[in-house]
Amino acid sequence: MSFIDRLDAIDRRWIFAMMACAVAIPIIVIGMTGVRFPEVPGPTSTAAFEAIEALPDGAKVLFSFDFDPASAGELQPMANAFMRHLGQKKAKVYCQTLWAPAPPLIEDTLKKCLLARNPDLVYGVDYLNLGYQAGNEGVMKVITTDYKQSFPTDAKGTRTSEIPMMQGIENTSSFDLIVVVSAGYPGSKEWVQYVVSPTLGKERPIQLVAGVTGVSAPQLVPYFPVQMKGMLAAIKGAAEYEFMVNEVIEAANPGRPLPPAFMEAQRRMAPQLFGHLLMVGLIIVGNTIFFLKRRQSRRGGTMGAAA
Amino acid sequence: MSRQLAIIVTLVAGVLMVVSGFIKPTEGWGEDVAEWFNILAAIAFVLGAANIAKVHLSKISARDAGWGFSAITLLAFAVTFAVGIMKVGVNPMPAFPNVAMSGEKDAGGSAFWWVYTYVMSPITATMFSLLAFYVASAAFRAFRAKNTEATLLLVAAFVVLLGRTFAGVVLTGWIPADSDWAFLRFENLSTTIFEVFASAGNRAIIIGIALGVAATSLKIILGIDRSYMGSGD
Repeated sequence: MSFIDRLDAIDRRWIFAMMACAVAIPIIVIGMTGVRFPEVPGPTSTAAFEAIEALPDGAKVLFSFDFDPASAGELQPMANAFMRHLGQKKAKVYCQTLWAPAPPLIEDTLKKCLLARNPDLVYGVDYLNLGYQAGNEGVMKVITTDYKQSFPTDAKGTRTSEIPMMQGIENTSSFDLIVVVSAGYPGSKEWVQYVVSPTLGKERPIQLVAGVTGVSAPQLVPYFPVQMKGMLAAIKGAAEYEFMVNEVIEAANPGRPLPPAFMEAQRRMAPQLFGHLLMVGLIIVGNTIFFLKRRQSRRGGTMGAAA
Repeated sequence: MSRQLAIIVTLVAGVLMVVSGFIKPTEGWGEDVAEWFNILAAIAFVLGAANIAKVHLSKISARDAGWGFSAITLLAFAVTFAVGIMKVGVNPMPAFPNVAMSGEKDAGGSAFWWVYTYVMSPITATMFSLLAFYVASAAFRAFRAKNTEATLLLVAAFVVLLGRTFAGVVLTGWIPADSDWAFLRFENLSTTIFEVFASAGNRAIIIGIALGVAATSLKIILGIDRSYMGSGD
């Protein structure tokens, strides 16, 4: 058996081990040194940043957490960065979700990213957790006309009609911006179809920015920039956006260091880099083997024919 | 009779939704139908739970292959349901210190929170992370330039894999960002693939899906397609 044949028949557990090393070693090294790669923000991330940066103080922002712990590794850094940016802009944040496993993620994000930096914020006045509502796009359809009909109470069971922040909220058009972090169905696509699209061409179309997983990003890019004002695509988009948000927060709070949790997306770019490099290497090796074996078989065929 | 009733409900609800989208005075009817849909969706959770119990109990009683996994599924379901509904480990709300179950079921430190944080989250994240290993193995064994289409896909994958990391910046960073050749930088090529080729392809897919959804919806509303009611139709 030649070297090429042995390489072609390599046990896939070696590939799994290489991938484990490509991901684990950068995580350990970055955890010890804190080194990060510089980010060059792309157009969709920059547009998302600018859409939030353009909000006036006290803007009303609906934040939908449409993901679960399975995709939190990719999406939670986006949610964190969005929440920190909204806190920096002093926006009134209305959190909700259409995914049953998401409510604890909302609580966690509010606690770590909004209240940790802004402990004076008051529940029901500055931020609100409306919790989960079943019905997928059915909920979206209803909240475009009557928000309180789908969310009669908040996550704590308080009637929304009695919450100060809910005064003046009639439907989704009452918000200055909608932020959606989504992993699949229902997600950004449904928000575009059922909430944003009906308002296009009207005097005040709904503004939406989204954070999405890498696999769903290509399906959503046709909606940028008309239906979606900005989009964070995968952990790369999260890292770009986080980089811009950190610059703003550091400029506004000189001398106040950012905790490591605020650089989570940028830190995750290192395992992504080495994982991608390994994939590129595997593709090159796999194709080299493919072409070498094809040449061998052709030569063998020619020699056989000549004999 | 029950099937005819289901077809009539579907017809009425479908027609109302379509009409409410075109005729302004009937907008409220569409909203009522959507609200009914949300109520039914909430009830569907109960049906879903009953279905899980039925499927797995029958598998356990028949000792089918993998019945042990069914037992674990039911046990996990029962424990999570019980600690959630009985609010195990939940402290009373400060406003109601004498009401034992006034706290939230998923408050930090509760049993439900523990199951969510230390069982459900790591398990689901692990399942998702396994993709990286299988994709790496597939990249080595299956991603080969066998024909023109596969070669194009391979080149696009190369550009995106490198352009979405710092490797792209290192490899093509020597091309000045403000020159006429800046489009050749990996990060710019990656963006172009994303915004031009992927976007154009997906627009075509979206239009195709929309037409398909419209045709299928019409068949369901008119009772031609009854597959949603189960087998036999």
